Amino acid sequence: MSAQTLTASLAGPEAEASRSRSSDGPAPVRIVVAYGFWLFLLSDIIMFSALFASYAVLSGQTAGGPSGHELFELRHVGIETLCLLFSSYTCGLGILAMERGHLRRFYLAFGLTFVLGATFLGLEVSEFVGLVARGAGPSRSAFLSAFFSLVGLHGAHVTAGLLWLSFMVAQTAVRGPRDFVRRRLLCFSLFWHALDIIWVALLTLVYLMGAR
Amino acid sequence: MLGKLSWHAIPFDQPIPMAASLLVVVGMLAILSLITWKGWWPYLWREWLTSVDHKRIGVMYVLLALVLLLRGFMDAIMMRSQLAIAAGSAQGYLPPEHYDQIFSAHGTIMIFFMAMPFMVGLMNFVVPLQLGVRDVAFPVLNAISFWLTASGALLVNISLVVGEFARTGWLAYPPLSELQFSPGVGVDYYLWALQISGIGTLLAGINMVTTILKLRAPGMSYMRMPVFCWTALCSSMLIVASFPVLTATFGMLLLDRYVGMHFFTNDGGGNFMMYINLIWIWGHPEVYILALPAFGIFSEVIATFAGKPLFGYRSMVMATLAICVLSFMVWLHHFFTMGAGADVNAIFGIASMIIAIPTGVKLFNWLFTLYRGRIRFEVPLLWAIGFMVTFAIGGMTGVLQAVPPADFVLHNSLFLVAHFHNVIIGSVVFGAMAGYYYWFPKAFGFTLDRRLGIVSFWCWLIGFYLAFMPLYAVGLLGMTRRMQHYADLSWQPYLIVAEAGAIIILCGIIATIVQLVVSIRTRESRRDRTGDPWNGRTLEWSTASPPPAYNFAVLPQVDSLDAFWAMKQRGQVVPAARYESIEMPRNSANGFVTAFFAVVTGFAMIWHIGWLAVLGLVCAVLTLLAFGWVERREQEVSGEQLANDERVRFRLMDSA
Amino acid sequence: MEEHAGQQAVSTGETTGVDESEPSGSFAMYTTGLAFALLLTGASFIVSQTNLLWAPGVSAGLAVLAIAQMGVHLVFFLHISTGADNTNNVLALAFGVLIVTLIVSGSLWIMAHLNSNMMPASAIMEMQR
Repeated sequence: MSAQTLTASLAGPEAEASRSRSSDGPAPVRIVVAYGFWLFLLSDIIMFSALFASYAVLSGQTAGGPSGHELFELRHVGIETLCLLFSSYTCGLGILAMERGHLRRFYLAFGLTFVLGATFLGLEVSEFVGLVARGAGPSRSAFLSAFFSLVGLHGAHVTAGLLWLSFMVAQTAVRGPRDFVRRRLLCFSLFWHALDIIWVALLTLVYLMGAR
Repeated sequence: MLGKLSWHAIPFDQPIPMAASLLVVVGMLAILSLITWKGWWPYLWREWLTSVDHKRIGVMYVLLALVLLLRGFMDAIMMRSQLAIAAGSAQGYLPPEHYDQIFSAHGTIMIFFMAMPFMVGLMNFVVPLQLGVRDVAFPVLNAISFWLTASGALLVNISLVVGEFARTGWLAYPPLSELQFSPGVGVDYYLWALQISGIGTLLAGINMVTTILKLRAPGMSYMRMPVFCWTALCSSMLIVASFPVLTATFGMLLLDRYVGMHFFTNDGGGNFMMYINLIWIWGHPEVYILALPAFGIFSEVIATFAGKPLFGYRSMVMATLAICVLSFMVWLHHFFTMGAGADVNAIFGIASMIIAIPTGVKLFNWLFTLYRGRIRFEVPLLWAIGFMVTFAIGGMTGVLQAVPPADFVLHNSLFLVAHFHNVIIGSVVFGAMAGYYYWFPKAFGFTLDRRLGIVSFWCWLIGFYLAFMPLYAVGLLGMTRRMQHYADLSWQPYLIVAEAGAIIILCGIIATIVQLVVSIRTRESRRDRTGDPWNGRTLEWSTASPPPAYNFAVLPQVDSLDAFWAMKQRGQVVPAARYESIEMPRNSANGFVTAFFAVVTGFAMIWHIGWLAVLGLVCAVLTLLAFGWVERREQEVSGEQLANDERVRFRLMDSA
Repeated sequence: MEEHAGQQAVSTGETTGVDESEPSGSFAMYTTGLAFALLLTGASFIVSQTNLLWAPGVSAGLAVLAIAQMGVHLVFFLHISTGADNTNNVLALAFGVLIVTLIVSGSLWIMAHLNSNMMPASAIMEMQR
């Protein structure tokens, strides 16, 4: 089945338009950038899946140490989840505001996103510190190594995201909502939403299933 | 203050590494001094080190690959020489601790710093030209990718002079690669070099997929793309899908070694088989990442030198896509013997046999393309024919080993070693040599010397068979891989023949070097004035040799496959009516500077110099932020300049 | 990090408004997505912590809820749709999902067989003493 037939079967009467669009010459910069970033996000998700696979394989290897059931506090996790979910929401609202030219609302929304993201991070760090203090650090067992690495990698991404967010807000303030700034804000929002998607998987596989 | 680093890191007490180190250091200093004395630094900085032009970056990738080919081949010759003499009571000249580093470095360098850069470099140079566009999707990212790859190569070569390399083989299996059994810096050199270059490769893959899917000349639908672009697309998709697994796996091993985690350790519940499982989830797609572009090169070469369109374009595309998907479903065949059991082995064995089918389709398509063509035995076609025979043999020994019971006998024997060299040299090296000769005139404006090309080909072909066919035999006789010395004297004759083969290959490599020198010296007599030295079929041949930075003054309008051939048939190779000004990206030092800090960070992590590692990482991040803060300005190329360039080009074509 | 290279067919001079080919959604979309996500999150916690779902089915139930919530994010926040100009995005996502499935399920299957057939590493080390 050729690529054109595939397109037709997916998109009905718009197939005509898409066929001409894909061979219209080089695509506009905004589409090119968004697609490249989407590919990067997918590659990042694949990297996480390797760690997920390791966690799934090693989650039972507690080497005589504590298991998830003993360690996980679901109330704590629930608050983290709400923080991240709402920060995704405020991020989306911020992008909407940016596109409609409401700069003040944009700064407010992104400010909220930062606060919620930072709260999430703070809660996670306190969880890690608490675990290490109880002797349940990453070098205790394979299960804990996998736990700290998987959740920690997500936290590292959130940290990088907060840094990026600050940089973007600063750049918007100084350079204004120019084209290249908007493209990057769009990429940031894709990144931030993807982090929440990964958190859903983390929450389910690690915490909810592990706490049983 | 300096972590584990001390003067003991330099191998003063080992003559062979010391000699090699001196050679490398003196050589590097000589080159740097020459450049300084001749005042070439401004030119190099402006035209190459900060270039974001895909053609320049492609050339640098290939140059890196050729240099590392020499280093990797030195390792090979040393191994062959050792095995030719270390029989029975003779111990050879390489102690085991050194031999182990040599075979580990050989594999690591040849795969990651020779084969990958060669293929990525050729894809970088050719794909935008074949697609009829001006550059890849993200030119600055492209430069960053190259310089990160070069950083990894640099770190591996620093290990020769300062410290040691891994002794674990090119994949560094735990538990041997864990801190308990490899306490030195060797494995750390390996891991950090590959993590850094791995990021570069991943970004290059994202860049290439985006380019091929989103940036094509007007009218170039998917089914009008050259086959090389299809194979570049599938190879790059495999990069995007598989390299993150490599990064994650090496990351876990690094965490074990640095923080005392228990992913793959023997204690604490670790499971070393998980490493082997994950690394081969990357490892099998990796070989197709290398082979697919090679197949694409041969498709182009065979069609051009048979003077016919490629037979079965559609089935070629389908076969390429099939290989792309199937390559993720066979990885267990690399560890049949590790105890997964008959059920699992059977499924993966069958899948491994199935994946040979699309490759067979391709082979028949190439044969049918040649059939009844007007064949010109130019050097690239010689490589293509050599490939078809050699790869068929190698593929067959692969399918043989895909049968789990057979693999139980042959796993990790020299039969395996012969097989994978057979397929990799047959496809990737032969493809690289073909592509190098084929596209050299496009890149530099003059052809390579033909006679030396023929000499190089025959030396490689004869040398390859002499070097590796005996290994099949001695593998069947029971010799395993990675042996520094062996007791069975009846194996020695085979290994002596293998050594002879390696020496003949060395002659082939020398022929290639001489070819380059001679060709440069006599370049005026072999100028490519038309831009189309081979009577080619695809769009890269419609530009000047070398093409201007912007590739095409006007983006071509494409309405069929083999777009340039169609243009020639219809007499459409004429100047355009009018030329509009265009914008091209400016140079950027982003790649070079980021890579510099990457090397600093990697070196510091390897030697546990905490403050330097943090400093390096912070500087690398600040570099990216600093370059990101400034809006990238472009430079305009005016319509008048385009018209001028075109006028010169057509005048040159007419004079040829 | 994104560049022009003199090759756009379409001018990208837009400074206001929404690009028709890449809709960034609307307030309604984001809010609906949030509502669904909250519901699914709540359901996950309930399923995991109470006996509402038959015990052996909890893992499957949680997996379904997680996948549903990921879908909500993809559609309402990331604007993945089956529109004509979205085909590449959907294909890339599908390929990614295939790879993730192969990696996770393949690893679990292989490692389960290995673990049941082979002696654990710590026991092998004991044998060597």
